Amino acid sequence: MKTTIRTILIVFLFIAFVAASSWYVSTLHIDILNPKGLIALKEYDLLVFTTLLGFIIVLPVFVLAIFIAWRYRESNTTAKYTPNVSGNKLAEIIWWGVPIILITILSVVTWTSTHDLDPHKPLASNVKPITVQVIALDWKWLFIYPEQNIATVNLVQFPVDTPVNFVITADAPMNSFWIPQLSGQIYAMAGMTTKLHLNATETGDYKGSSANISGEGFSGMKFTARATSRADFDTWIAEVKTSPRSLTANEYSVLAAQSRNNPVTLYASSVDGLYDTILMKYMMPETQKAEIPAHDMSEMDHMNHMEMEAH
Amino acid sequence: MNLFADILGKLSFDALPQEMVTLGAGIGMTLGALGLVALITYLKRWTWLWKEWITSLDPKKIGIMYIIVATVMMLRGFADVIMMRLQQALSVGDSNGLFTADTFQQVFSAHGTIMIFFVAMGLMFGIINLIVPLQIGARDVAFPFLNSVSFWLFFAGMIIINLPMVLGEFSAAGWLAYPPLSGSQYSPGVGVDYWIWSLQLSGIGSLLSGINFIVTILKMRAPGMTLMKMPVFSWSVLISMIMVIFAFPILTATLTLLYLDRTMGMHFFTADGGGNMMMYVNLIWAWGHPEVYILVLPAFGIFSEVVATFSRKRLFGYKSMIWAMSAIAFLSFIVWLHHFFTMGAGASVNAFFGIMTMIIGIPTGVKIFNWLFTMFRGRIKFNSPMIWFMGFVFLFTLGGMTGVMLAVPGIDYQVHNSLFLVAHFHTMIISGVVFGFFAGLNYWFPKIFGFTLHEGLGKAAAWLWSCGFVLAFGPLFILGLMGATRRLDHYEDTSWQTLFIIAGVGVAIIGLGIASQLLQIFISVKRRKQNMDTTGDPWNGRTLEWSTVSPAPFYNFAIIPTVTERDQFWETKQTGSAQTAPIYTDIHMPKNTGAGVIIAGFSFLVGFGAVWHIPWLAVIGVAGAIIAIVIRLTNDETEYTIPATQVAQLELASQHKGQYK
Repeated sequence: MKTTIRTILIVFLFIAFVAASSWYVSTLHIDILNPKGLIALKEYDLLVFTTLLGFIIVLPVFVLAIFIAWRYRESNTTAKYTPNVSGNKLAEIIWWGVPIILITILSVVTWTSTHDLDPHKPLASNVKPITVQVIALDWKWLFIYPEQNIATVNLVQFPVDTPVNFVITADAPMNSFWIPQLSGQIYAMAGMTTKLHLNATETGDYKGSSANISGEGFSGMKFTARATSRADFDTWIAEVKTSPRSLTANEYSVLAAQSRNNPVTLYASSVDGLYDTILMKYMMPETQKAEIPAHDMSEMDHMNHMEMEAH
Repeated sequence: MNLFADILGKLSFDALPQEMVTLGAGIGMTLGALGLVALITYLKRWTWLWKEWITSLDPKKIGIMYIIVATVMMLRGFADVIMMRLQQALSVGDSNGLFTADTFQQVFSAHGTIMIFFVAMGLMFGIINLIVPLQIGARDVAFPFLNSVSFWLFFAGMIIINLPMVLGEFSAAGWLAYPPLSGSQYSPGVGVDYWIWSLQLSGIGSLLSGINFIVTILKMRAPGMTLMKMPVFSWSVLISMIMVIFAFPILTATLTLLYLDRTMGMHFFTADGGGNMMMYVNLIWAWGHPEVYILVLPAFGIFSEVVATFSRKRLFGYKSMIWAMSAIAFLSFIVWLHHFFTMGAGASVNAFFGIMTMIIGIPTGVKIFNWLFTMFRGRIKFNSPMIWFMGFVFLFTLGGMTGVMLAVPGIDYQVHNSLFLVAHFHTMIISGVVFGFFAGLNYWFPKIFGFTLHEGLGKAAAWLWSCGFVLAFGPLFILGLMGATRRLDHYEDTSWQTLFIIAGVGVAIIGLGIASQLLQIFISVKRRKQNMDTTGDPWNGRTLEWSTVSPAPFYNFAIIPTVTERDQFWETKQTGSAQTAPIYTDIHMPKNTGAGVIIAGFSFLVGFGAVWHIPWLAVIGVAGAIIAIVIRLTNDETEYTIPATQVAQLELASQHKGQYK
């Protein structure tokens, strides 16, 4: 009798706990479960599919664990006891076999989805994509729009239903570029370019951040990703063009110095080929680098011209 | 001033703690150490400590020392947890919490490093030392002196990782210190060097232990114990140690390259000068992934012993357990890239590593079913090791499912580096590794100390840890999905705060679990007379370690047992083999030696000199260590003999103790 009451109490507490936590979680805004971009949506579907597939194994394990532990407890002397059984071919075939089948299914899904969701892959669309160059700095994000010739800090805006091609590098330690509601993340690394493609399906402000530790100001490396209508985007570009600041060589060297929790900054123009200069900076031989002061843009511009001639 | 720099390198008064938090910790640690020294002096225990423990080559004593160090380090690592939880519960919006970003980053870097290298590894090598020789019917390990060197290198690494509390600062670059953040440009201080040299010393110790236990298991098993009759725990250790000798050299080499980058201006891992940071990330995970399985396989081995013993039934699917562990070990070397799907590898590469990772789920799942069917039609006694096991089954299965999710690159792009990831690997390591070792400690405690641990407090600890775990890490899974990245010293989104506070409550419950464990040891020691294990076999065990008396004598077995069956001791009890008069022979045992601690002491000087750029100290360290090794190797009289007559007396005495106490 006493055990029954205790068991009922434990089951009741467990159900209450699950119910309370489910209710609480349902009141939260969970970014990854509210995708607003084509890529994030596919990643969400994948998450749900894999979770459901996982439960095919997890639930039987839970039920078996509870049942077996209860049924074959020492005090239950009526239960069967076979101390010398040490295997069963059929049973073992089942629990090698079923996981193999499930993992095979998941492997096929993984192979196709990984190719489909490859961050480097441009998205097919009738709309002309927008290219944004992203540079992770200590500790802020610099966005350069090469076609519009503007630059921004900690704010990236683009039109909705338009593919956005991010071209990403760093002039800082390794960071990870992440806008959870729009797409997964990719590392930003000095001397290298990584790419990320996304397509927002709804207008709005989305949280962006660095997901990889990069030093003292890491937690402040947040930015806003703003998806707007095409018209609003054009208006915004025009507005930025009227900004009193422009990203000159000197301005960049000031910006690139370590600073934390930077406000949004808009630049009406950006010096030519800045992205490539930053990228190439890390590939210069030591001897040549010694001649170029770290952030001296006049020299860098010169290098850029040489590079263009080489092309 | 220049003279100082020449002699003391980077060391100066500036290295002493400046901030309140570090100052407090530093003073606390110094007082603790002084208190310990004073206590030992007051009790006049220095000679005893030196003769009985520091110079001991008995694997049981070395094992106990490993476990003591790991326990102290667990308290240190848990103190780090409390600081992290406080900071993240408070540092939201306008508030900046209790700690600066730099302090916070040092705290989590230290937490990860200490918990893996000095708690999990310490507990693992401790239990291996205690049990493997007993379980395979051996008197000792293959290389007793090497074993002592391993432990003292581990100890020297432990000292180095705790020095930053009083001298300088620790690394703020995370537990794996990715360059370029860990390079000299972005981390010019001594922190990363402390990290490097702490791991370097303890890592070499682990490698030596790996070699030692492979040879021990392959060469020193009792007559008749073929590999397929060897207990599963010993199998798990064999496989794990093979992984150690493949994985740890990678760590040693990688750390060396990073140190050269930092001090000699080389560019292995920084983009300028033709280096590549991605190479570091690959190398560190080529060690780091197998490392996880190095830790978890012995825990699986422990669960296999515990479940069979307390279900009083043979282990279900012995052969498939061995195959599953071998498959896990092999696969664990070809999955390292899943730690950085987001670094930009091509789709086919990512997909390959993702699929390999999922495949590990198959043998792991098989093991879970085998354990459950060991319990099926058994007579299960729910002693505390079984409570740990039950907690493990539920948490580890859920953690495994999140692992399979993370193995799908498309999902990983979203949750990598988030708190979802943090929650996932804590589920695997705490429920898999830590619960396993706790179960093992409760299970084998009487064999080593001669009395059982308090059951009620043991069970309470298992329950508190399991429930606290759900509260501490459940919220982190959700926070990860909400876009919270790991390692944040501050966040703006106020809707995250409640979840962080709940996680803090979970940590407090885990803290109660740890308190019950400490209390459990205290009370059990106090009441040891009532809980004396007089039979040597308190749990109705199955394997050879239970056939000798408790506590096991320093020579383990007066007569080396002969093995004909898999569960040899269980079979012997079933058939009730006739007692024959024992015929004792001379036993050869290794003499104690201080060489291990001396070599490690000189290695410590190497590390300290390298951290603070004091070349002469490092040179003295290298020279001293080499000389100490040469002196030890030229000593041919390293063993002594216990004559058969004395063995007979010792055995008689321990049997009497067993009968009358």
